[in-house]
Amino acid sequence: MLSIRNIVKQYAGHRALSDVSLEVESGQIFGLLGPNGAGKTSLIRIVNQITAPDSGEVYFKGEKLNQSHIERIGYLPEERGLYKKMEIGEQMIYLARLKGLSRAEAQKRLKFWFEKLGMETWWKKKIEELSKGMQQKAQFVATVLHEPDLIILDEPFSGFDPVNAELIKDEILELNKKGATILFSTHRMESVEELCDAIALINKSHKILDGKVKHIRNSYRNETYFVEYAGEQIIFDGNQPFEVVNEAIGDDSYTIKIKLAEGHNSNDILHYLIPRVRVNMLQEVIPSMHEIFIEKVNLNTTGHE
Amino acid sequence: MNKVLLIIQREYLTRVRKKSFIVMIFVVPMLILVMGFVIKLVAEDSDKLSTLETVNVIDKSGVFDHKFRNDKNIKFNYALTDLKSAKELLKNSEGISILYIPPDYLQKDSVQIFSKKKASLPLSDEIEKQMNEIAFSDNLLKHHIDPALLSSIKKTNISLNAIEISDKGDKSANIGQNMIIGIACAIFIYLSLFIYGGQVMRGVIEEKTNRIIEVVISSVKPFQLMLGKIIGVGLVGLTQFSAWIILSAMATKIAGHSFNTPGSGLFNALQVIQTIPFGFILGCFIFYFLSGYLLYAALFAAVGSAVDSETETQQFMFPITLPLLFTYILSVSVLFRAPDSPLAVWLSMIPFTAPVAMMVRIPFEPPVWQIAISMCLMIAAFLFTTYVASRIYRVGVLMYGKKASFKEMAKWFFYKE
Repeated sequence: MLSIRNIVKQYAGHRALSDVSLEVESGQIFGLLGPNGAGKTSLIRIVNQITAPDSGEVYFKGEKLNQSHIERIGYLPEERGLYKKMEIGEQMIYLARLKGLSRAEAQKRLKFWFEKLGMETWWKKKIEELSKGMQQKAQFVATVLHEPDLIILDEPFSGFDPVNAELIKDEILELNKKGATILFSTHRMESVEELCDAIALINKSHKILDGKVKHIRNSYRNETYFVEYAGEQIIFDGNQPFEVVNEAIGDDSYTIKIKLAEGHNSNDILHYLIPRVRVNMLQEVIPSMHEIFIEKVNLNTTGHE
Repeated sequence: MNKVLLIIQREYLTRVRKKSFIVMIFVVPMLILVMGFVIKLVAEDSDKLSTLETVNVIDKSGVFDHKFRNDKNIKFNYALTDLKSAKELLKNSEGISILYIPPDYLQKDSVQIFSKKKASLPLSDEIEKQMNEIAFSDNLLKHHIDPALLSSIKKTNISLNAIEISDKGDKSANIGQNMIIGIACAIFIYLSLFIYGGQVMRGVIEEKTNRIIEVVISSVKPFQLMLGKIIGVGLVGLTQFSAWIILSAMATKIAGHSFNTPGSGLFNALQVIQTIPFGFILGCFIFYFLSGYLLYAALFAAVGSAVDSETETQQFMFPITLPLLFTYILSVSVLFRAPDSPLAVWLSMIPFTAPVAMMVRIPFEPPVWQIAISMCLMIAAFLFTTYVASRIYRVGVLMYGKKASFKEMAKWFFYKE
């Protein structure tokens, strides 16, 4: 769907992107992660053809990115904004027509969306008369009105209250189900695990990690488990096939976090435990994207990669 | 191209639909009409005396005794006979003067008028006029000519019509009218470049501060947006001018019917419009308005793109507006008196000053080759400024929070796409 190859973007004082490549597959929800100033917005602007890279190429559906692709892409920038003095209906139609829709078609689709999101009464209102949340909703509609194949959202959940954020999230999922590919940047890691099929992590203009969320999390497993047991508290003597990271004593059970020793697997844990106590739970700890993010960025920042 | 049309349409319609635009269309011609009226009234009023003046005539010649006509503001009195005592008597009274006519009154400066303050111009004009008439009648009588007969014979009214000799045949050159037309055009162009250039700049700043710019330029190229905005606002200007010209013409026509007396200001104005090559001047006006507007609007757009708010524009506006202001001041003070001077010719060639300077010269019909060169330079110049501005604009509109400087803008110009 979208293939970004060796993009370099240099600004006067600093390098925004150095040799960034990534692949977004058709139908994916792709998360672009990274701390502030990492180069996410620069990359998004290049895909939207707002700016051009110094070197490198972008391919959209196998073709080199060009002006004709603009109509197939929808973009919600991080800094939202609309014409304050313009009526909202008229403005949405204008923006849709700039994306190549006819007036009649834009009107039809706008009606559909306004009804869907409970905005029917807004048509004649001016943007300045709407609350910030309402403006955001309107802007989201403007982004997807022309039914783009690729929807690019820069920090889509910032500025929404939890109710509307949920609403927008559902809309994104629905659009994705209907076949749209979604590329979005975010800081909110919980939304990444919930939504994203794949991610790329950018820090200080470099891509430092990318791939499917499941694969990444699996690759960051480090043989750590949670065990909950009942019975007599075990006094570990160092002969067990794991190392205890920490212990917690509950009301009638004990929870320990353990790290498997080399050459063992999870069955060895059970072999060790079953003769001694009653095992309530054994669960592998898979690092969250949040933990991976923090770890990778810190490593990258301190230069110990 | 289709998208540029869409942008033009939006820029045009949002402005034309504004209440302030519609109000302006009607208010300006009315203001012009009212101003013309006021000027006319003031001009007529200053010809007349505003307070009552009493003139004590001491006539030693015997020619003028009881022959002055009183009117609303001048009363003539013949009671006093001695100049010295009259002077003593009237030393401290205002609004009273003494007219002393010696026997040999025909000698230059022999007739004297005394008053506490120097006699006003309308008063002395009126007295002079009446004395000339009286003396003239007296002379006629002396030579046995009937003044009534003479005045009936004399009823002619000749005014001078200055004719210029040229290859195209002789043409009437009404110098005063040409000056007025030239200055009016120059003022109009000067003001409109600021008004509409400023609108473009504010439009750009609005898009930037509203942050809608990113949405729009993900759909169209920055150049298309800039061009669409400039053309859209330009069309608003043309619409406004057309409406003003039509309404003013209608207003003067209606007003002309009710005040159509020879010598009145409005009548003269109508005559001016009839005698000048109206189409030619209007054509030049539209050309210089459009090309000057395109030239300056591009620069204004570049300035708008470089700043975050209107208050920051000052430092950039100054160098842009300086040549225009300079020419404007020269135009209304010097250029119209010497429309073919080297200074005027040069200013009407340099594209930054030509729209104003050339419009001052146009009514005096400068050589065709000069107009042609000036127009070609204008076109080249606005293409050039549009190119430069678009390169600054495309970078500027995405820059936030950075305090722009001319150095910075020069850097933007050389940025790659």
